[in-house]
Amino acid sequence: MTKDTLEINMYRYNPEQDKFPYIKSYSIKKPIKDIMVLDLLHLLKEQDESISYRRSCREGVCGSDGMNINGKNGLACITPISSVLKNNKIELRPLPGLPVIRDLVVDMTEFYAQYEKIKPFLQNSTTAPEQERLQSPEDRDKLDGLYECILCACCSTSCPSFWWNPDKFLGPAALLQAYRFLADTRDLKTNERLDELSDPFSVYRCHGIMNCVSVCPKGLNPNKAIGEIKTMLLKDKDKIITSDGVMN
Amino acid sequence: MTNYNSSNIKTLEFDALIIGGGGSGMRASLELAKSGLKTAVVSKVFPTRSHTVSAQGGITCAIQSADPNDDWRWHMYDTVKGADFIGDQDAIEYLCSEGPKAVFELEHMGLPFSRFDNGRIYQRPFGGQSKDFGKGGQAARTCAAADRTGHALLHTLYQNNVKEGTDFLNEWFAVDIVKNDKNEVTGVIAFSIEYGEVAYLKAQSTVMATGGAGRIYASTTNALINTGDGLAMALRAGFPAQDMEMWQFHPTGIYGAGSLVTEGCRGEGGYLVNKDGERFMERYAPNVKDLAGRDVVARSMVLEILEGRGCGENKDHIYLKLDHLGADVLNAKLPGICELSRTFAHVDPIFEPIPVVPTCHYMMGGTPTNINGQAFNRINEIDSIVPGLFAAGEAACVSVHGANRLGGNSLLDLVVFGRATGMFIQEEIKSGGGVKSANVDDIDGALERLNKLNESNSGYDTSQVKKQLQDCMQSYFGVFRRGEFMEKGLNELNEIREKVNNLHLKDKSNAFNTSRVEAIELQNLFEVAEATAIAAYSRDESRGAHARDDYPDRDDENWLFHSLYDPQSKSISKRDVNFSPSEVEAFPPIVRTY
Repeated sequence: MTKDTLEINMYRYNPEQDKFPYIKSYSIKKPIKDIMVLDLLHLLKEQDESISYRRSCREGVCGSDGMNINGKNGLACITPISSVLKNNKIELRPLPGLPVIRDLVVDMTEFYAQYEKIKPFLQNSTTAPEQERLQSPEDRDKLDGLYECILCACCSTSCPSFWWNPDKFLGPAALLQAYRFLADTRDLKTNERLDELSDPFSVYRCHGIMNCVSVCPKGLNPNKAIGEIKTMLLKDKDKIITSDGVMN
Repeated sequence: MTNYNSSNIKTLEFDALIIGGGGSGMRASLELAKSGLKTAVVSKVFPTRSHTVSAQGGITCAIQSADPNDDWRWHMYDTVKGADFIGDQDAIEYLCSEGPKAVFELEHMGLPFSRFDNGRIYQRPFGGQSKDFGKGGQAARTCAAADRTGHALLHTLYQNNVKEGTDFLNEWFAVDIVKNDKNEVTGVIAFSIEYGEVAYLKAQSTVMATGGAGRIYASTTNALINTGDGLAMALRAGFPAQDMEMWQFHPTGIYGAGSLVTEGCRGEGGYLVNKDGERFMERYAPNVKDLAGRDVVARSMVLEILEGRGCGENKDHIYLKLDHLGADVLNAKLPGICELSRTFAHVDPIFEPIPVVPTCHYMMGGTPTNINGQAFNRINEIDSIVPGLFAAGEAACVSVHGANRLGGNSLLDLVVFGRATGMFIQEEIKSGGGVKSANVDDIDGALERLNKLNESNSGYDTSQVKKQLQDCMQSYFGVFRRGEFMEKGLNELNEIREKVNNLHLKDKSNAFNTSRVEAIELQNLFEVAEATAIAAYSRDESRGAHARDDYPDRDDENWLFHSLYDPQSKSISKRDVNFSPSEVEAFPPIVRTY
């Protein structure tokens, strides 16, 4: 191992061939320019076409290539190797806590199921105007830091509460979206949404560990959103004012 | 490795099948799911990973928010002119007049548009926009959700499809069209990427909503998944492609990385400078400067570089200056750009200019369709509908973008024509007009390519051949084109064809085998590249995005036509441009200046 060589230790598993997953070591000449982890994976795949990983936009907006890079979840396409190299070594593993389909590809069924549970769509049964519904810039600002989520699952799969109860605790990603709709003045199902979140697991299994905040590749703060939901749940729900101004 | 045939694969049956889970596909599926028809979206990635997610600046539409007197006819005029007069005016009229309805629907679905103080949707200026048919100065017509409009739009559509219970076949990859001896399309062969299971997906209507193919070029803003799958499937099935020489090079791709920097930057007041710090667009487009059509700006940039006024050590790029806008505007209006620029260009636009270069961005051509999304074939110089086959969005050429698309018109195209296609299919199926069937041989025929790849024991390496293809297209069919160079390119493509037909798939496993997907994607890229090259060589004039050194002028006498590529004879014919909008007078061709 010279200082011009990178050592990449990669989690490998092909269900058709391997009884157990294993770590395979690759070495590659250190690129002259700093490159992203995804570029590194492309180079490795040219050597060994059996390596499998997801990728699409290669610029951090589609959320395909979430993985565990030297122990921390992140998007391969916007993680420069210089920021993660330790003694010229990189260890790549699939996102933790979800079943592995193959190599760095995890089965995200459970993650998406939690997202669907929060009814991730605007609910407003009043007759829509001919034009848009109005919303003040201040009210629209409340959605900033929420709607930008790319569903990469870096947060939920770094959360010990999600590892423990992936079926009952919604996880930071779904909860961020739950709050995105609670915060939207155009959505009128605030009380119903809160009712569905009030059991002991959905929200309350969050213990503020904050891994979600430290890994989010978009710089979002699910922990803060969860705090807002908890505050809303603690208030007397009967006094919540819905966006059409009616005191329920 | 199993040899697949009609007797050992299963058949899944639907009313309508949408191939592609981006903006147009999910807008079509939403319409169909609401109608109660059995619809499935087949997407090779989870739908929110589709390339629509990367659209930034917005969706252009005369919703009369920034300007209460705005008029969809002005938008239509701009689009016709932007298209350099080979956009079909009936389709452009439909796009611009139906647009507001489609945009308001998105807002009602929950799309988090940015807002003006009066609560209405925020609109920003984009290139090629004017008031009063070019006479009233710059318009601000692009509706935006900060600089993440595509992300907001795609997620909103996915969310509403979840609401309506659309069936998704996520991470399924469509390989080839199944058609019968009457040239009717009855579905596709597809496989599950996750498990490798192969199936015949049978449907009364099949919509190709597979997006563009920007990966035919070495330098592109496009996602890695943009490999023209639907268009290539149609070409292999013998159906034509239209205006394939028309590729948009976006003026501002990040130098070295290719990531898009939205035209909204210039809409918000940013501008381009050369190595001398000169705002050179003042020379090329004295009236609207940096907000001229994208083809005009991209060519001007390349000329600056060719004449030695490029920036950087190698004088091979241009700077996009934004710092004068101030941190507040940049953080509020262009937060995503700041992020991308820091990550991929290592500069903070609040303090420094972004190094940019024209980069392949958008395919104006595609499978020719009418405004209902119905694909057509050309038989004895007459358009003839292909029963069962539809296309929408970037995969289609309806044609609203002609020789050059205006910024913000692609998202509008997706939702307007995705919606129109969904509405038409619904009517057709409900009136009983959609039933067709294919026989065993038809299905086996569509499995041939997959079987050949699976049985390959030797041959060429996918990643090497892909690089060769991309370099060839970049070198000979880029921003400026010349006959003699293109001849070289065409010869090289002939060699590449041989390799593409003989790829060696070393990994034959079934579970999440991305090598199999990439090999088929390369074959798709090749079909699109070949159509592009032959069309570019044939059109001996300069129009819109198609700039020929050897034929620098527009030639309306000979080329005020669509080019139509026939994949069987590999030849180009001409097809009339529509100059018959229903409500307004047609806009006749004029000299296009900005």
